[in-house]
Amino acid sequence: MSDHKTLTIALFTVFIAATLAITIVAGRRTRSAADFYAGGRAFSPLQNGVAIGGDYMSAASFLGIAGILALSGYDGFLYSIGFLVAWIVALLLVAEPLRNSGRFTMADAIAERLRSPQVRVAAGISTIVVSIFYLLAQMVGAASVVSLLLGVSSDASRIWTIVAVGALMIFYVTVGGMKGTTWVQIVKAVLLMIGACVMTVWVLAKFDFSLAGLLGAAADQSGRGDGFLQPGLKYGATDGWSKLDMISLGIALVLGTAALPHILVRFYTVPDAKAARKSVNWAIAIIGSFYLMTLVIGFGAAALVGSKTIKAADPSGNTAATRLAEFLGGGPGSTGGAVMLAFIAAVAFATILAVVAGLTLASSSSFAHDLYAGVLRRGRTTDAEEVRVARVAAVVIGAVAIALSVFARELNVAFLVALAFAIAASANLPAILFSLFWRRFTKAGAVAGVFGGLISAVVMVGLSPIVWGGASSTKPAVTLSAAQADKCGVPAGSREVGNPTALVSCTAAAPIPLENPGLVSIPVGFACAAAGTLLTGRRRTPEDDTAFDELEVRALTGVGAH
Amino acid sequence: MTATTSATEAAAPEPLPAGSAAALHDDPRFRELRLRFRWFAFPLTGIFLAWYLLYVLLCAYARGFMARELADHINVALVFGLGQFAATFLSAWLYARYAARRLDPPAAALRAAGPSGAGCRYE
Repeated sequence: MSDHKTLTIALFTVFIAATLAITIVAGRRTRSAADFYAGGRAFSPLQNGVAIGGDYMSAASFLGIAGILALSGYDGFLYSIGFLVAWIVALLLVAEPLRNSGRFTMADAIAERLRSPQVRVAAGISTIVVSIFYLLAQMVGAASVVSLLLGVSSDASRIWTIVAVGALMIFYVTVGGMKGTTWVQIVKAVLLMIGACVMTVWVLAKFDFSLAGLLGAAADQSGRGDGFLQPGLKYGATDGWSKLDMISLGIALVLGTAALPHILVRFYTVPDAKAARKSVNWAIAIIGSFYLMTLVIGFGAAALVGSKTIKAADPSGNTAATRLAEFLGGGPGSTGGAVMLAFIAAVAFATILAVVAGLTLASSSSFAHDLYAGVLRRGRTTDAEEVRVARVAAVVIGAVAIALSVFARELNVAFLVALAFAIAASANLPAILFSLFWRRFTKAGAVAGVFGGLISAVVMVGLSPIVWGGASSTKPAVTLSAAQADKCGVPAGSREVGNPTALVSCTAAAPIPLENPGLVSIPVGFACAAAGTLLTGRRRTPEDDTAFDELEVRALTGVGAH
Repeated sequence: MTATTSATEAAAPEPLPAGSAAALHDDPRFRELRLRFRWFAFPLTGIFLAWYLLYVLLCAYARGFMARELADHINVALVFGLGQFAATFLSAWLYARYAARRLDPPAAALRAAGPSGAGCRYE
């Protein structure tokens, strides 16, 4: 094991050195606010498309989906599909109008038409909440992935991993701004695609390029037979609620992407709406082929390494991709195995860094542009001052994220990614779509939609089995390990616990059996936005109509676009 | 490290005052452009989301159907899932083609005709 560790660390050091150098060069070329927030709007569609892939394909989607596929079979595919098809909503309804009507942040596109500081505050808060939740999941995930990959599991190593990841992302954002962050994402996406391609072709070659052969071997090795290739092993296996939970997850994934602030700001980095459209098309091609490859990688891990071996190494399956890499290279102990393992582990590190940098940039931009310059100073700031504030905000938000992640390092926070998608779909999407396409939409509607969606999603999760882990028909009792029983304070043979990693109580049953809030919170968000609008619609003035005319023309034609 | 306003940005005119782009709103060419966009993007989004929802619902409630084998180890669920990928690639391609042919030319014409000729201003 130790030879691959040295190699992993060496490869990762090379990646860090290269990205730091790129960031410093990009930082020297960052002068205006448009440079810092939007990379000077000078990236080509291909560059931006690759960077969108780098921003979007997180370690959760690489290691996590491969792991779910390897352990639970087909259900991992549900994630891949949700993550990909979501891009059509972004392409058809959001990317171009947003690029034409906004300037630097998600809130720009919503608040400018409604000419309202309250709307800007609401959208800014939602941007920061979504980004911080996503960030927490990535950083805590980074700590466990690094300890798994390097085989060090001490508490100190987890803390130091979080601090190091946080320090690097703060450096990328404060020094490199959008230009530096974009190049980090491009480098990461290229590395990730190379790694995934190599593994996919290698796995397929082992089965003479027969998909049926691969699937058959995966089903045999999984110990689950053909059920492994069918939906339902992980989701919707117990009762009616768990099926609704699966649908809820699917809806949140597909509607959340088009409203994730760190994705939306990428549309501002190209010259015009046509380039934004082309970059989304590139992103769809890249992300789509990546998720097709994860299917082969995940099933390949099940077929070649075996679900049992993977589960023994890590119960959540996060090491499936790296175990498979080691196997392809020649197995544990061989030089080839060590090289492949080190390479894929380094790719996973790179993946984490690129995503957290994008999140930190989006949230600090929103703080500086929306909350500080837009509302606190009511637009009476210079570009230079705004960018200075954004840099300070990146340091502060980064520090907060580090502190929260260190605090939450022992918790199971993987649900935060799904929660971030659900909040984006519930709080941001109604405001974005109504603002772009609904003439009668009002300030009150926007504020009600954002807070209604945000609060309902958070409350739903707060009452869910993620927080309250008692056994129920939806969450049947699980067999507890000694450590889990001890942590939950129940006897070893207890049948009271359905979710041993619940945040508050392992034994109290959840009032709401759904883990994914989207099924309820997305309609609530849209309903609040519509109700707020209809209740205040009479106060609409001729200026409101002109503002919408203005937005429609700008959004569709690009007249007056920044 | 301090950010200063770059030369290009200082040279660029201020964003249009509110209401100036709105002058184009009653232009019949703009109405036509808006109609073309909505007529294409809204139904395609609807059809596409319905196709996805059908897939998710089948995964939840029609497991017997999804488990049916079409060929050696290739079941309906796998083909349906790959069909989601195909639909995504197809929709993206259809929209890109439609936009290039039917939306970009009128949008460019309107930009050129726009108030104070304020097309193509990049920061």
